[in-house]
Amino acid sequence: MDLVFAIGFQVMSGVATLLITSLGLAIIFGMMRVINLAHGEFLMLGAYAAILSAREGLNIWISMLVVAPLVVGGIGFVVERFIIRRLYGRMIDTMLATWGLSLALIGAVTMVFGNTVAGFSAPLGSFAIGGFTASAYALFLIFAAVVLLGGTWAILRFTAFGLLARGTMQNAEMASALGVSPDRVYAATFAAGSAVSGLAGALIAPFSGVVPTMGAAFIAKSFITVITGGAAMLAGTFSASSLLGTVSTLGTFATTPVFGEVMMLAVAIVLLRLLPQGITGRFFRRAL
Amino acid sequence: MKFLIEIAGASVVVIAAILVLPRFLELFALINATVYISMAVLALSLALVWGFGGILCFGQAAFFGLGGYSYAVAAINFGDTTYAIPVAIAVPALMAAALGYVMFYGRISDVYMGAITLTLTLILFNFVNSTAGDQWRIGAAPLGGFNGIPSTPPLNLPGDPGNPLPPESIFAIAAISLLLCYILAKFILRARFGRVIVAIRENERRAELLGYDARAYKLGIFVIGGAMAGLSGMLFANCVFVSPTMFSLFYSGQIIIWVMVGGLGTLVGPVIGAILLNFFTTWAGTLPDINPSLILGAILMLAVLVVPRGVLPSLTTLLGRLRGAGDAPGDAA
Repeated sequence: MDLVFAIGFQVMSGVATLLITSLGLAIIFGMMRVINLAHGEFLMLGAYAAILSAREGLNIWISMLVVAPLVVGGIGFVVERFIIRRLYGRMIDTMLATWGLSLALIGAVTMVFGNTVAGFSAPLGSFAIGGFTASAYALFLIFAAVVLLGGTWAILRFTAFGLLARGTMQNAEMASALGVSPDRVYAATFAAGSAVSGLAGALIAPFSGVVPTMGAAFIAKSFITVITGGAAMLAGTFSASSLLGTVSTLGTFATTPVFGEVMMLAVAIVLLRLLPQGITGRFFRRAL
Repeated sequence: MKFLIEIAGASVVVIAAILVLPRFLELFALINATVYISMAVLALSLALVWGFGGILCFGQAAFFGLGGYSYAVAAINFGDTTYAIPVAIAVPALMAAALGYVMFYGRISDVYMGAITLTLTLILFNFVNSTAGDQWRIGAAPLGGFNGIPSTPPLNLPGDPGNPLPPESIFAIAAISLLLCYILAKFILRARFGRVIVAIRENERRAELLGYDARAYKLGIFVIGGAMAGLSGMLFANCVFVSPTMFSLFYSGQIIIWVMVGGLGTLVGPVIGAILLNFFTTWAGTLPDINPSLILGAILMLAVLVVPRGVLPSLTTLLGRLRGAGDAPGDAA
């Protein structure tokens, strides 16, 4: 029984991690059809922002939950302004340009901070489930994933900005004819997505360690989660990360972490062959 | 006529390089030159698949790495490198056939194709990285995890495994392979097959309505590209040795940069792009305080933003305009 709980908890925290690290990419892809291959580096920048401000003596929760999203959101705003904006409608070119950005950011951060692992230990200590102990921080991650997903949904569903953003996403020309500036909506959406990525980076930093190249470990997983999810960004990301996160965690239990990941990627490839439009291309079509 | 002149020109350049370079370059520089040439073959493979087939493959490094590893494993097991060469070409080609079948016959769109090829590269990278230890060996060849296979044997004359070829000969073999791949690509593009491929790139639906099975043609060019990338991995393995970095995202990214900067839809452009950018990154690597990733990334961003068609085509257009010729050249070169 304890084992079931322990594995169940691991699966949930695996799913939560995948969801958190994919959400920023999903927002940007779902709203703007822009694939941001610098997403992994946005995570990395968020982690560095949190770690540096914590070192300056700021409260660790403020560094993670406030500073990191603000900093990376600002960076996202600048990136949209100077790179993404010139490439709307050219999906492949956007992918290439953001890949260039990703390489450049890795290089720049390596030059500034060196190629060493920084990190901070997970706050909150641990708790016990029967004979197993688990990190309370993992529980917090699950909670954070629920809040992030619910929060994004609520913003899109209930606020004026959410309505404008969804309208622009469906028909930019019509929105523009009704007096909404798509440029501004896109800028805000990209900055918001970047902020979520930055927050995600800070949240996973205690588990993953902080190195300039840490983004590479996440970008492919996030990318494949978002693509497998399909067109409806929240429902898609949720269902894809639940499925893939479960496969990866159970695979890790059965074999090694590397093969858990390999299994997850293999499942994603098979899934894309069966559902070329992603999960929400067939199920939950009307969801957000 | 132009076709023959281009092939003759390329042959003259390659033969001159084989005759002249080994006399002037030191051993280290010659080995480096061989690495650059293997990269040029790799660039050529993506130039075919992406530039002419219109298939953006983020995983060309997967075939490159597979070629290198198949060569190393086969050569160690056979004890003679001669039959390892066809293995190094066949294994990636088979992989490309399997992957291409899933993608093209599944009618998977551009973005998803990018995701799948990227994922495959990552799977291989993770897998090979984790093969340290004695239980991971194929026949006599240990896979070696993140250390790779340092004992990758260099090429030898057929039937004479005791006598590995000197670097000069390997340089010549690499250069001739590059030339042959170039000529092959030229012939493919001149033949009916290549013309249909370009037609599909331009308008897939129209090509299908005219009765061509786009899936089969795309699969064909993808497999040829995979085989060529495998050959390039084999050449690379001869100069250095095989290690999991061959599968890394950094390589996948670089290949795309060479083709993008050299010019999509040309063959010579990516080859020159690969060689020049490699020179450049090697040189940049010797600079203190500057990270080569930063430079590469900046080049890619600038290329996409400023010269999205690549440097070579933009230059030829510019030259054409200066001469008053007006029209931009098509898929020449």
